[in-house]
Amino acid sequence: MIEDIELETLINDIYEYYGFDFGSYSRASLKRRVNRLYHLDGFRNFYEFLSKVRNDSDYYKRLIDEITVNVTEMFRDPTFYRIVRTEILPLLATKPFIRLWHAGCSTGEEVYSMAIMLKEAGLLHKSLIYATDINSKVLETAKKGIFPLRMMKEYSENYRDSGGQEDFSSYYIANYGIAKFNDELAQKMVFSQHNLVSDNSFNEFDFILCRNVLIYFDNDLQKRVINLFDASLAVLGFLALGTKETIKYSISTTKYKQLEKEKIWRKVK
Amino acid sequence: MEESKIISNKRVVIIGGSAGSLNAILQILPDLPVFKSFALVIVLHRRGTDDLTLEELITLKAQTEVKLIEDKVQLMHGFIYVAPSNYHLLFEKDDFFALDTSEKVNYSRPSIDVSFESAAEVYGSNLIGILLSGSNTDGTEGLKAIQNAGGIVVIQDPKSAEMPYMPSNAILNTTPDYILSPEEILKFIISIDK
Repeated sequence: MIEDIELETLINDIYEYYGFDFGSYSRASLKRRVNRLYHLDGFRNFYEFLSKVRNDSDYYKRLIDEITVNVTEMFRDPTFYRIVRTEILPLLATKPFIRLWHAGCSTGEEVYSMAIMLKEAGLLHKSLIYATDINSKVLETAKKGIFPLRMMKEYSENYRDSGGQEDFSSYYIANYGIAKFNDELAQKMVFSQHNLVSDNSFNEFDFILCRNVLIYFDNDLQKRVINLFDASLAVLGFLALGTKETIKYSISTTKYKQLEKEKIWRKVK
Repeated sequence: MEESKIISNKRVVIIGGSAGSLNAILQILPDLPVFKSFALVIVLHRRGTDDLTLEELITLKAQTEVKLIEDKVQLMHGFIYVAPSNYHLLFEKDDFFALDTSEKVNYSRPSIDVSFESAAEVYGSNLIGILLSGSNTDGTEGLKAIQNAGGIVVIQDPKSAEMPYMPSNAILNTTPDYILSPEEILKFIISIDK
């Protein structure tokens, strides 16, 4: 097990050598991820590990891939998607053009889920989904729209639980253990690298989704990110977080109205 | 054994269980009087959906108040906490819960090992880990971590477990302080509230 002081040294070195700031990341999770990588790659002592990170930029990329959490799934939390389908999309439908931002999209499973729902609501043609992540490698996967075929059974159940009524397998082509999602869905997606820790607002959106990203951030960074979303959200637009996340520690909730028990807030002023 | 380090002065009882453990939990909680001097954290393998069925059931059966775990909720004495479905549950040094959606461990999220190891780091000798019925190997590594940090290790007597594999595996690979039936676990928890 690496020591706390070693973790702090690593965080400082990453900032000094590469400019990436993990200083506001929640330590319990970060420490577990770093510890896992340290053992996986068979380092004998911490200084060997540290020197590898400092001197080998390819290894640094590996470190970023491994310690940022990139686990996601299609229609994760089907109830959430059901609410989006029944409560939010009909309200967005009245707009001539719909801009969505999926922040921290990882390998894109939730972005394709949203595109499927927009298509079914007849809104995909006038929508644009900006999907961003700090990790350029996951964005490459997301752009391709290729996911493991073995996951499709679970995703198709999630899709059904979210209120989907089509044949889920009509959205992809199965081949050699992979499922390649239809290009039609990806046509309305724009992928780019964006760092919630240091980058600013880049557009105004009607719907911002950032699910299970804030759980890795401390209170101060959460405040920064929620305010960044606030600055990027049109009045009467929606903000959706993960099922265990909240805006209440970060921003005056009089500006936002929560949709009953869901982790979805509408900007009211 | 490593020297025990305590980072937080909170006292925590953490219970892990898999298949068959809900029965044991339901033999323990209804008769457990309201407690004040520790926090009780329950980590059970459960279906990966976002429902609150387990939280609602435990709220219904327990005398002590159940507090829902969300991001940045702080652990306090006198409450029961249940690890939410589809997240790993970890502990920060300042007693805040931390949630993590990373890969399943032992085919499970929440994983008992992940929570036990994280709790061991923060609560050290102020931690009691209890492992119940189940049919995989989750929990054994976590109990080792609790033991190494100076905490107390309790394992459900496999004879009393619906699925004896998980407690048996833990007994083989650790040196438990106690091997108890659910009724004895109840008495044990009552005895530590002071």
